[in-house]
Amino acid sequence: MSRRLQTIFLPAATGALVIAAWYAVHALLSEDLRFLLPTPTAVVTAFRTHADSLARAALNTTQGALLGFALAVIVSSFFALALSLSRLVRIGLYPYLMILQMTPVIVFAPILVIWVGAGLKSVTIITFLICFFPLVVNTTQGLVSTDRHLVELFAMWRTSRLQQVLYLRVPAALPYFFTGLRIAATLAPIGALVGDYTAGSSAGDGGGLGFQAIIYSSQAKYAALFATAATTCILGFIFTAGVLSLSWLVLHQWHDSYENTDK
Amino acid sequence: MSAPLPPIVEFREATKRFGEGPLVLDLLNLTVQPGEFVSLLGPSGCGKSTLLRLIAGLTPLTAGSLIVDRRSPDAAAADLAFVFQEPTLLPWLRVTANIELPLALRGIAPAERSAISRRVLDLVRLSEKANAYPRQLSGGQKMRVSIARALALSPKILLLDEPFGALDEMTREHLNEELLTIRERHAWTAFFVTHSVAEAVFLSNRIFIFSANPAHLHTEIPVPFPYPRTAATRLSRPYHDLVADVSRLLRSVEPDTV
Repeated sequence: MSRRLQTIFLPAATGALVIAAWYAVHALLSEDLRFLLPTPTAVVTAFRTHADSLARAALNTTQGALLGFALAVIVSSFFALALSLSRLVRIGLYPYLMILQMTPVIVFAPILVIWVGAGLKSVTIITFLICFFPLVVNTTQGLVSTDRHLVELFAMWRTSRLQQVLYLRVPAALPYFFTGLRIAATLAPIGALVGDYTAGSSAGDGGGLGFQAIIYSSQAKYAALFATAATTCILGFIFTAGVLSLSWLVLHQWHDSYENTDK
Repeated sequence: MSAPLPPIVEFREATKRFGEGPLVLDLLNLTVQPGEFVSLLGPSGCGKSTLLRLIAGLTPLTAGSLIVDRRSPDAAAADLAFVFQEPTLLPWLRVTANIELPLALRGIAPAERSAISRRVLDLVRLSEKANAYPRQLSGGQKMRVSIARALALSPKILLLDEPFGALDEMTREHLNEELLTIRERHAWTAFFVTHSVAEAVFLSNRIFIFSANPAHLHTEIPVPFPYPRTAATRLSRPYHDLVADVSRLLRSVEPDTV
């Protein structure tokens, strides 16, 4: 079997097996427990029935996820620059960054609701907090890992500090930045969902997927809950695909993490 | 007969130590005239690379004096170019952009930059790789780009720190010949650090042999063969005799380490 066929056939076979097992378990459950595990067909039906509210909720979650993610990218880049440029800033700030990372962001949710109100603002801030750490750590690491020989070359050219940062440190940090970006992209939709679950609001144009999950759960619409999970999953895929494409665009021609195609 | 030109590099009782560490250079006296090609040979850790870094103004002398092109090393920096052991190309820039970067950083206009990069790429015979990224080049090609980038700055002094050390013998010999050919047209002064006696004899008009701990100038050997030197020079009897002599001398200053 060719390599290409394998990459299509093997995942498809795994998927078919899982779905078969799913139906089997459903069939094996006694009649009164079957509602706990709706069949894939039931989930697809729920998808159709709730398409409108799921789409609207997905859009709201995407909005929170994108805003929080973008905010995290911008703020973390400035932090990373400051951390990389000054040893004193690094020593002074690093313990608090660690503390921020160790704190379960979810405990902020009730506080945020009091401070800025439930809804998009809270969701955005929670997503921001979750995405911030991997971004700032990776980008800082990239900015301080510049090849010693290249730094010496720039010293030989008597460049200014600003030139060194712009033309050497920042481009050299790009692969690290994208590593952080990939991690953050998988965290952003989940972060937004969790944020929405704890600090969401039906005000305005309605809540996001987290809020929708609470509604379905209270109405015992389990097939719809599965459909909500699947929607979040799709959202995560889209986010990750976006970041991977961007990373490919920026790095594939020169960075060793991508195959050297025209040698 | 005209008066001798002022030396382009002059060390006077130059002493160097890093912090509280041991002496790296001890009372060095060394004078090089404009247009000379001098090689520095000696055991590892004898301060050859430090000597280049001193001329480049990357590190200051501890005592004594050093004049570069009638100025302090720092003031002369714009007229120097350094070729490191690694090609030190920026992997995210194409060959042309790599060569033009130091020119751009000096504020030279784009049109002039591209004219210069075309000229130096032609000089190292890599015009067809102008749009390649460094990772698409072989080790020898990367080094040629590195040399082209140094030449693009029109330096008066070229400092080369084992530039061909990582290359295979064939490539190294080719690049040696190329370097001399380029020098026929551009009269820079070269300081060349190497571990290869054959390379030093082939390239230079004078060889300085250093001994280690602390480094001092052990011997100075003139290389009498006239330029232009070609691949045929390597086949001549006097060339082989001189390589043998220098090798013997070098072995006598190497510390007895087993």
